[in-house]
Amino acid sequence: MPVIQVDGQEYEVEAGKNLLEACLSLGLDLPYFCWHPAMGSIGACRQCAVVQYLNAEDERGRIVMGCMTPVTDGAIFSLSGDKARGFRQAIVESLMLNHPHDCPVCAEGGECHLQDMTVMVGHRDRHYRGRKNTHRNQYLGPLINHEMNRCITCYRCTRYYRDYAGGTDLAALASRDHVYFGRHSDGVLQSEFAGNLLEVCPTGVFTDKSLVHNYTRKWDLQSAPSVCVGCAMGCNTLPGERYGKIKRVHNRFNAEVNGYFLCDRGRFGAGFVHDERRLQYPGLRNNDGRYDAINHHEALQYMDRACAPGKVAGIGSPRASVEANFLLRTLVGEENFAPGFSDAEQPLVELVLRLQQDSRALVPDITTIESADAVLILGEDLTNTAPRIALALRQSVRNKAYEMAAELRLETWQDGAIRNLAQDQRSPLYIAAVADTPLDDVATNRISLAPDDIARLGNAIAANIAGQPNADLEQPLQEQVEMITTALAGAQRPLVLSGTGCGSTAVLAAAGQVADALCGNGVPAMLCLAVPEANSLGQALLTGCDAPGLAQLQQRAASGEFDTLVVLENDLYRRGSSAQIDQLLGAFQQVLVLDGLDNQTTSSATLALPAASFAESNGTLISLEGRAQHHYPVFQPHAERRPSWTWLLACMKEMQREEVRSLHHFDDITRACAATIPALAGITAAAPDHHFRNAGVRIPRQTHRYSGRTAMRADISVHEPRQPVDEESPLAFSMEGLNRDQPGALLPYVWAPGWNSNQSLHKFQAEVGGPLKGGTAGARLLQSGIGAGPGTFTAPAPFKAEPGRWQLVPRQRIFGSDELSALSPGLAELVQPGFIEICAADAQLLGVTEGDGLVVTKGITKGATEGVTTGVDNTLATLEARINDSMAVGCAGFSVGLAGVQNLRPLAPVSLRRAEGWQRRSPELIGSDRDAGPGGTHV
Amino acid sequence: MSLDRPLTRNVRPDRSPTDLAAYEANGGYRGLHGAIGKLTPSDCLQILKNSNLRGRGGAGFPTGMKWSFVPMDNPSGGHKYLICNADEMEPGTFKDRLLMECDPHQLIEGMILSAYTIQADVAYIFIRAEYIKATQLLREAIAACHDKGYLGKNILGTDYSLEMHVHVSAGRYICGEETALISALEGKRANPRAKPPFPQVSGLWGRPTIVNNVETLCNVHHIIERGADWFQSLGLTADAGTKMYGVSGRVKNPGCWELPIGTPVREILEDYAGGMEDGYQLRGFLPGGGSTDFLTTEHLDLAMDYDTIGKAGSRMGTGTMIILDDKTCPVGFVKNLVEFFARESCGFCTPCRDGLPWCAQVLDDIEQGRGLQEDMDTLARQVEFIGAMGNTHCALAPGAMEPLASGMKYFREDFQRHIDGAGCPWCDGGIH
Repeated sequence: MPVIQVDGQEYEVEAGKNLLEACLSLGLDLPYFCWHPAMGSIGACRQCAVVQYLNAEDERGRIVMGCMTPVTDGAIFSLSGDKARGFRQAIVESLMLNHPHDCPVCAEGGECHLQDMTVMVGHRDRHYRGRKNTHRNQYLGPLINHEMNRCITCYRCTRYYRDYAGGTDLAALASRDHVYFGRHSDGVLQSEFAGNLLEVCPTGVFTDKSLVHNYTRKWDLQSAPSVCVGCAMGCNTLPGERYGKIKRVHNRFNAEVNGYFLCDRGRFGAGFVHDERRLQYPGLRNNDGRYDAINHHEALQYMDRACAPGKVAGIGSPRASVEANFLLRTLVGEENFAPGFSDAEQPLVELVLRLQQDSRALVPDITTIESADAVLILGEDLTNTAPRIALALRQSVRNKAYEMAAELRLETWQDGAIRNLAQDQRSPLYIAAVADTPLDDVATNRISLAPDDIARLGNAIAANIAGQPNADLEQPLQEQVEMITTALAGAQRPLVLSGTGCGSTAVLAAAGQVADALCGNGVPAMLCLAVPEANSLGQALLTGCDAPGLAQLQQRAASGEFDTLVVLENDLYRRGSSAQIDQLLGAFQQVLVLDGLDNQTTSSATLALPAASFAESNGTLISLEGRAQHHYPVFQPHAERRPSWTWLLACMKEMQREEVRSLHHFDDITRACAATIPALAGITAAAPDHHFRNAGVRIPRQTHRYSGRTAMRADISVHEPRQPVDEESPLAFSMEGLNRDQPGALLPYVWAPGWNSNQSLHKFQAEVGGPLKGGTAGARLLQSGIGAGPGTFTAPAPFKAEPGRWQLVPRQRIFGSDELSALSPGLAELVQPGFIEICAADAQLLGVTEGDGLVVTKGITKGATEGVTTGVDNTLATLEARINDSMAVGCAGFSVGLAGVQNLRPLAPVSLRRAEGWQRRSPELIGSDRDAGPGGTHV
Repeated sequence: MSLDRPLTRNVRPDRSPTDLAAYEANGGYRGLHGAIGKLTPSDCLQILKNSNLRGRGGAGFPTGMKWSFVPMDNPSGGHKYLICNADEMEPGTFKDRLLMECDPHQLIEGMILSAYTIQADVAYIFIRAEYIKATQLLREAIAACHDKGYLGKNILGTDYSLEMHVHVSAGRYICGEETALISALEGKRANPRAKPPFPQVSGLWGRPTIVNNVETLCNVHHIIERGADWFQSLGLTADAGTKMYGVSGRVKNPGCWELPIGTPVREILEDYAGGMEDGYQLRGFLPGGGSTDFLTTEHLDLAMDYDTIGKAGSRMGTGTMIILDDKTCPVGFVKNLVEFFARESCGFCTPCRDGLPWCAQVLDDIEQGRGLQEDMDTLARQVEFIGAMGNTHCALAPGAMEPLASGMKYFREDFQRHIDGAGCPWCDGGIH
């Protein structure tokens, strides 16, 4: 390791780093703007200037940029000398020439990197007398506010948006001191990862629109370590609360899960927590079908009465915690507990688990995904189903560039140089999907195929890799197989991805085959399989692979086996057609629903219990890589809302059930679950239990500057209530405590002396950009790469397109395809109406153009009348037609989860016809906050 | 055929262009015939190195050495590029225009031999958009060379092939910076790039690339044809060859002449430019374009070569002088230049982007009579802050500070008079 001298002191530093990284890792404060630990150096802002001396005799030295200077053994630097300090002051003074000094009304104030750096360099007196440049701001959509006057032209936004995240509609425009970061014209930012601009921008150019309009300073936010419930990725988040509302969600760094970035579903999708429609009180349906609010005790007594006779079935939830599901399973009995998947989804998730358990391939985390040097995606549109993986794949294709850079001995942080060197050369990324995906722009090739053909393609690749090519593939496909085989077999770290997204077990199995074939060749291949929800994999682990499904419960209820159904945090109307779910719920005498949301299932309940959201409760969720992670309550639930596990535990206590006699705390349930379910034995390691104390004290949820605690309720009472005591976690609802040196899973906010912004993160990292000092949050449950292999797999027969009949294939949308994102006001504006995608030839055949209506009916083919009842209306849906020429022949894509698709199921054969009397949508209106006059809105 | 004025031997008094036939009749493409297939690339490089040709774009870097960094083994078989920097935008500079408009084939022959030397297979001429006539002539000349087999596949029947394209700049001063030029040619923002890596190893599209000025490339075939010793013998001082010198400002005969390198300033100014216009006195001059330091009357006997002018505290730059006379306000003169550079900043790095407009604003205040005494300190601080190489991302801002720093040194009392008198002494009534 090289030894460098900084201000007369010798330090051993890691080779291959630049001086700025080395200094920050050493704990030295060196200001910077344009450098970012995930994006490397370009040397634009010149803020991290230091003086480098040629040798011990050199007394003058010369200014160099820390971020552009490799650490070499024996190098001599000065950070604190007058020359370096003077230069850094001059940089801030220059950046401030046009900065509006509007900190009091700026949403970034108090967590602004520019403020921090200005204070750090000691710049105070302004000498510039000229006028400031001003810009017109743009409407960038309902999520992100634009205030260009604050810009200091560090280029981080476009480097992130374009270079890192692959966006195209934000650019650096114009030149000199009039560089403008924006779009060519007003409009919604198109990237699924645009929200990271809020954290990437070192000042207040890009701010959170919902926060801006409902504002709280960082120091007044109460926050706790949390986990995103938007998808199965398990990204670590920091929701910030004030007055019972989640004001915003920031990224919580986890080196192995999400690094520095979230997707917009995760960042902006927590609005449901304070949705007005959330249940506040237990409700009992009275005789006229309306709900009477009852109190907590009455509700428990009712539950007791309903459950005590024993004929109880339970439906769990892939979006609820392991603990709540475990308690419900305990309440109703293992054989009476359905994990809560749809009947179509259950075998898919179970197969994902089996494939991961059986595979010889490694289940990768985000860093290993980024290290992949050849990638094959089978059937999954990851940008819309597990977005953070797609962002990681955008980095993995750069491994080719890093190889090229290594030949020229360029360090990996030399971002500009490496991009210029590699240009558009990328590591191989092949996608086989039902239609185009947002990753196509970085793919070597994307092939559109029907799900069965994707499976056949995968199977042929696997056979090819194993050296047993089968020759039954059509010629064009065979060529693809050869190319993909060459790419994967020639790679050091090949990665195969798939998921439940295209609804086909055959596709999943084929992915398992390819990964296993690579392992058979002695290559450490990786297999990553996406599942839909935050705890989907947890449910599979909890129930094993032969749990009852919804249809089975219904049959058993119909045969009189059950009277009562308890539904945990699950809108069943998203899991089956309305008729099916009506039938299911109708088979029970009473339906008890625990949920926070007022949805169709809660509306059908006999008793509805208001469950706390993820932000108000403890819980363990198991991500798609089998990582158990713990989320803590950010704030205490209001009214009669309780965490589901509290309801269930209280109910079972009321029933005097033996199993829960020794369970008192949340941690007890976690431990009981770990002890009962071998597959979940590791969950206790996900986070420290509630006894944990940091140097003898709790970890504060509130910052040391949290203000107004005596004033915020003054309109109700001038007496400040006692702060609630958190019996279930080592965190305190207080500013007292110690927020440093704690385990990585217990980081409620990042803040360090002199570093008020999120850039203070490096103070919590062992080395800048690396894992947290306190260890990476979460515990991996799946023993990676020790399986015996997935066994043999017979590929399905080739898909045959038939005239007049289409196979429905799922098309996910990042906003709206899941249950929760559409409930956030900002995202709701971006959720599209449901649609059917067909290719242009089909559209012509059907006589529709883009925007026309299409009636989807049960598939009718010559001779076959599968599922078709004559004499009744076989209409499944009437949806807007979208023309997409990338659709696989014979397939029609449907928008998963969006309005109007309840009755559509993946892979179902359907017929289509033009809808008569269809009202076309009027052209989209731009949000009401679009600025009217010149100069833009100034918020 | 003049051997001591190789670059302008085909320049006719009426400046009409020399076509291929006339060019060849005057010995043109003899260097090409003599080298391609007969000399190896390393032979050519050695001749270039021996010749001591230095880059005529302004920096004066030895051309042979620059080329020697191009990797000659090319296992991947990818492209190598030669780029002619014809984006002549340095204030006061118009020498490349003369060369391209009067003798386009000279540049093309030079480029073919240069490309041959580094084994480039694609060459670009990145030309300033205003040079419409030169663009037209170069395109015609390239077509003629294709017809003749001097360009394209298998030049002169050898296995060496070269394609040449003219690319018209979208028009920014910064495009003359070689890495910004490469960015612009790739269709990106014309931002300079950090070095290393140098373009010789990672340039256009990430491939090995040489960027040279028009005048530099025009010299190449003469050197290869006539040898390094001949070229060395042309210079009057340690530098070799001839140089296109120019003079603009209040002189009797502003213009551009090819003279032996090292010709004394006074000789250029008096013998060729005809001395100052009647009624004007010389106060100072920028020796090589807008981004060089002022020299004054005390420097008139210096030889115009890289090292001599460098030792005097300036740079020979492009070798085209701009004259400051006694009836022109030095503050206004400097302000005009600094405003130009502020306007042409690419906006990438802070000191240049924000520092230059600040300097321009202060100079404007001084010129308009709003100057304060502390402004002199501000300017001095800015000169130090922006002016040192390495403080900024590229050389634009340090170049911009050269006339300001030297102007404040040589004409300090004029700045002071502006501040003391609250206005410009050269303007009516002292105030604009």
